[in-house]
Amino acid sequence: MTDVAAAQPSGPLLEVADLSTHFETSRGLVRAVDGVSLTLDRGKTLGIVGESGSGKTVLSRSIMNLLPKRGVVRSGSVRLEGNEILPLSAKEMRRYWGAQMAMIFQDPMTSLNPVMKIGKQITEAVRQHLDVTRQYANELAESLLASVRIPEPHARLKEYPHQLSGGMRQRICIAIALACGPKLLFADEPTTALDVTVQAQVLDLIAHQQAERFMAMVLVTHDLGVVAGRADEIAVMYAGRIVEHAPTGVLFANMKMPYTEALLASIPKLDEHSHTRLATIPGRPPDLVIPPPGCKFAPRCRYVQERCVQEEPPLTAGAAPGHEFRCWFPVGTPEGNEALARNEREGRVPQAAALAGHA
Amino acid sequence: MAGTGSIHLRAGDGALLRVEDLVVEFPIGHGGEAVHAVSGISLDVLDGETLGIVGESGCGKSTTGRAVMQLPAPKSGSVRFDGVELTSLHGEALRRVRPRLQMIFQDPISSLNPRRRVREIVREGLDIWEMGDKDARNAKVDEVLDAVGMDPANGARRPHEFSGGQCQRISIARAVVTEPKLIICDEPVSALDVSVQAQILNLLEDMKHRYGLTVVFIAHDLAVVKNVSDRVLVMYLGKACEIASPDDLYEHPKHPYTGALLAAIPVPDPTQHPDEERVLGGEVPSPIHPPTGCRFRTRCPKSQERCALEEPVLREVEPSQYVACHFPLEAGEQIDFARVGIGASIDVASDGDGSTP
Repeated sequence: MTDVAAAQPSGPLLEVADLSTHFETSRGLVRAVDGVSLTLDRGKTLGIVGESGSGKTVLSRSIMNLLPKRGVVRSGSVRLEGNEILPLSAKEMRRYWGAQMAMIFQDPMTSLNPVMKIGKQITEAVRQHLDVTRQYANELAESLLASVRIPEPHARLKEYPHQLSGGMRQRICIAIALACGPKLLFADEPTTALDVTVQAQVLDLIAHQQAERFMAMVLVTHDLGVVAGRADEIAVMYAGRIVEHAPTGVLFANMKMPYTEALLASIPKLDEHSHTRLATIPGRPPDLVIPPPGCKFAPRCRYVQERCVQEEPPLTAGAAPGHEFRCWFPVGTPEGNEALARNEREGRVPQAAALAGHA
Repeated sequence: MAGTGSIHLRAGDGALLRVEDLVVEFPIGHGGEAVHAVSGISLDVLDGETLGIVGESGCGKSTTGRAVMQLPAPKSGSVRFDGVELTSLHGEALRRVRPRLQMIFQDPISSLNPRRRVREIVREGLDIWEMGDKDARNAKVDEVLDAVGMDPANGARRPHEFSGGQCQRISIARAVVTEPKLIICDEPVSALDVSVQAQILNLLEDMKHRYGLTVVFIAHDLAVVKNVSDRVLVMYLGKACEIASPDDLYEHPKHPYTGALLAAIPVPDPTQHPDEERVLGGEVPSPIHPPTGCRFRTRCPKSQERCALEEPVLREVEPSQYVACHFPLEAGEQIDFARVGIGASIDVASDGDGSTP
């Protein structure tokens, strides 16, 4: 979100190509992430948006290599500054975790160690990665707490997580993630467990630190409102795949994927009168063991046609540079409008709505 | 904000629920100290109306909801439900009222017994109150499951087999099965995705019409509250800040705290960049030693000396819009929440309970 991009090594910071993560379960193979490709430049913010179960968390953990060893099959390629990191073992990944890439998790209540003082939790990674004295590490921890705007940072170092509020704990998690100066920060629903006012504070804080450190960020969320003003580009995920990917302005001005449109419509708006009926997406995301043939969103889609059920749309480029989507009848195009009009004329409702009996 | 007063209560017998000067305190330690969770809240809800209660964590909104249910009973104050003073009821008499008052909780998964089947969970209230014979009860369970959009054939399954949104549907079915008059929804959609949230909000609206419910809807998200409410109460640290119709509250908030809450909502529009100056700074002060005077003054850009000395009382600033503030916002006034006013740091010797000295 800054323009300080000078004197940096060339090439993107993160390149993910055809990444798939499958879980072996007793029911069969769960295709949690299915052929995702993306790139992220230094200092930029990528928003990943989708419902629960869309694979957005598994994607960020797959890139970070934070998944269990057993029962997980990953394939594809993940390159950080040109170095392939997908095949690395946990031991080898230790060089990257914290130092090169760090993560902020959703629940600040459970992601801190309850029996370790806050100061120790921050200096732990610093002492591991940087060759510094204990005293320097403590000073660094104190300045980090100050930079995430925690009042009385010196006193806080000696406290335990339970002595702090949720918002304060999330700031501690941010301080820990920033401690070794990573180039890439994953924030997985960092504010979902927080109040709206605290959410705004925490998001502003992350944006500040990101600009100051010229750090790239992947912001994972289910709320398009959270990423709208903060991400440079947005990838919308559904059923383990990217279904639409575009620079933020392009996405909001000219969204093509019916799923993106439906997600946006389901957010309650402040400028609507009370008791306005909200637009919903009928049904649920598909079973990833036996995904439907054709477009994975077809059973819930207002635009659905015969072709959608039979043939899966590829990721195709839109008119604007960097805009890609998976749809045969994109929103706002003549084909899309015609499909919608035809469905309305023939009283055709998405299969999921018809099954549930409720929209 | 440390607003007290009951000028906003409406005259007449139309109110299904009328709460006056509700106080809830939780004693801590042995020094006679207490957490002042709710300090003199008054509210009323007319038959068929939805009252939204909003505020940050720790503002006492959930405690207010629970005190109405007498879970636990408030320290003082009056709770009149359908003409009956609940605070005077005990034991069996209170239990008899309970089926007409129901609650829906935030976490849909943990609020359902994992070892029971869906049908048993929903039927339990009917079994306890022996409403109708066995066939009638089963028919009623089928009816409410269908009404909330669950296939009654899934009644034999257990909660873990369902998603969060579906578990919340089961909770709603459980709440409406005894045909209550009043439902208190405590953050019913906070744990859900936006797409599921929309389904549940629409469902609550349908249930309200179908079963003739009156609803108290507690949430921290103003956009959600606006969508469901007929009247909104904004709370801060156990006190009322502002009470108004949702449209008035959103078009011209009068209390600085309401303005701050509105400014914090992320707007799904990339052309509107989040403005840091409009984000409320700081944290909610400790409810053990709440600030004197107006409780919001420690974070308020408009606070003056008067705010530290004198507690504001709710007054009607526009028709049916009540605010507890000495210096309410003017129309269109933009304030910079990054700084605080001079009343923020005034230290007034507290008389121990944090109310007006």
